[in-house]
Amino acid sequence: MFVLHSRKIRALLDEAIAPLLLTVDVFAPVEWFLDHVFGAGMDVLAELLDTPMLGYPYMQRAYLAAFCIAVIGPLVGTFLVHRELSMIGDTLAHTAFAGVAVGLFLNSVLSLTLSPLLTAFVVAIGTALLVELLVEHADAYSDTSLAIVLTGGFAVGSILITATDGGIAVGIDAYLFGSLATVSTEDVGILVLMSLLVGSLVTVAYRPLLYVTFDATAARVARLNARLYKRLMVVLTALVVVSAMQIMGVILVAAMLVVPVAAAAQVAHSFKQSIFLAILAAEFAAITGVTLSYVYGIAAGGSIVVSAIGVYTVAVGFDKQTHWLPSVRRRNRRRPEHSPEELGANGGERE
Amino acid sequence: MTTTTTDRKRSTSPIISAGDVTFGYSDVSVLESVSVDVEPGAFLGLVGPNGSGKSTLLELMLGLRRLDDGTVSLFGQPAHEFDDGERIGYVAQDVTKAARDMPVTVREVVEMGRYPRRLFGRFSTEDRRAVSEAMERVGITDLASRRVGRLSGGQRQRVFVARALASEADLLALDEPTVSVDAESREEFYGLLHDLNATGLTVVLVEHDIGVVTTYATEVACLNRQLYFHGNPEEFVETDALARAYGTDQHVLHHDH
Repeated sequence: MFVLHSRKIRALLDEAIAPLLLTVDVFAPVEWFLDHVFGAGMDVLAELLDTPMLGYPYMQRAYLAAFCIAVIGPLVGTFLVHRELSMIGDTLAHTAFAGVAVGLFLNSVLSLTLSPLLTAFVVAIGTALLVELLVEHADAYSDTSLAIVLTGGFAVGSILITATDGGIAVGIDAYLFGSLATVSTEDVGILVLMSLLVGSLVTVAYRPLLYVTFDATAARVARLNARLYKRLMVVLTALVVVSAMQIMGVILVAAMLVVPVAAAAQVAHSFKQSIFLAILAAEFAAITGVTLSYVYGIAAGGSIVVSAIGVYTVAVGFDKQTHWLPSVRRRNRRRPEHSPEELGANGGERE
Repeated sequence: MTTTTTDRKRSTSPIISAGDVTFGYSDVSVLESVSVDVEPGAFLGLVGPNGSGKSTLLELMLGLRRLDDGTVSLFGQPAHEFDDGERIGYVAQDVTKAARDMPVTVREVVEMGRYPRRLFGRFSTEDRRAVSEAMERVGITDLASRRVGRLSGGQRQRVFVARALASEADLLALDEPTVSVDAESREEFYGLLHDLNATGLTVVLVEHDIGVVTTYATEVACLNRQLYFHGNPEEFVETDALARAYGTDQHVLHHDH
């Protein structure tokens, strides 16, 4: 009876998912690109630099994936950090873990062949919109509610994983801490496509996203659809976090949306420049991190994040050095103009 | 106002018309049956004690909140349905701390004034001209590539006025704009508003400093949940509206020009 029932559901689900599976064909160009363009180029580079590491296909995939993450992470992260939403990346990553668990659980119970990444996308986007809706009603992001969603998502994930037959065996570590070795061509394909999607959406919606980030009230007065763009921002975050999760790991992925952005904010003058510098910082960290990870056999996610924090530290030092002297001079110059004696002398009255 | 010399759209109907506006947060009443019209070319100062609902009234006038009862029309349309964002400029008390830390240049902020007209696609020469003229007008051209967060409070508020000018707004709404501006720049800032008003820009200013309003505004509305006075500043100084609204005797500072 139950078997019959679950078969029926399975047939229904397969039908619903069929169109999604067709997208696999989209990976063909990515595979071609990896083999004939990127791979070939890396092979040449490997020979020139006499570093065989660059010639291994799985390292080539890792470098391409890291490159993509270092573009879309800071691209979306720049808007989040300046809207004081750094925590949301972390929250969505942890609920994406629940999404992976949901996928594995459904596969095991209903004998489906869903990609856990697909369920992770669905759950993360759903949570992103839910959090944004809660905020629209409460008027402010609260650390408490984000903490509840974050831990709640992780809790549900751990329950589902342990409730799944042989769940522990599926290499949850790879999701938690990230892994270079398990990155398939398909994973890189998803990352490349997501980078194109996220990149073009941010390019098109750059102005409203900037206005809403900088001054949400003025944006509403100017009759921009602030809600729409705030929602777009969190959905983009969900897309980035889930695509980058496999390399960076659930626990560390949010760093790519925050650390390079914080570094760039120290030295950048304009907003456009800060996005550009954040991507540069992230690229440096990603390529350094992947290389260190291979050379010393250490976790890629961890070494990327530590490299990024290194860049941040240098940026803070640079900022201190360049702004300390002028700011002291400015203060000294201003002091006589606004001395308390003077303000008191005319009783605060203006002439 | 009869003194306006302007090429702006002149119409006899009010720019903002608030009729019997009633609003409250859950069960706390904030505004009770307040009616104020803002005519084209006016410089209206909205004064009242803290918590008197003056900022809320401004938000209702701009269509940022929905009324509990009454009507608000903006350029002849219900405020919340009004859609020509470029016709209104808005200057808040100060930007948030997050916005101050944000790496964004003066020019980038003034360009936001063009966004309602050109949310997507490239800026035209007309857009760029409007941005430079706006910066020129408020005297921030030499600050164009500076980070907004690293300016003084007074300079920063000029940037937001320039943003409104870049959008060629007909109405400039300000909510206690000089809270974090030093006394000297404050004077200059209100002088700038006065000059802009003289060229036909309609100004609505929420202000806690009554002296500022009686000096620079052409009309005063005094409220504390209810409207106590609406008329010209000279009459306002002579009536006891202020004392009644504040519930105590209040010394009125009158600034000489």
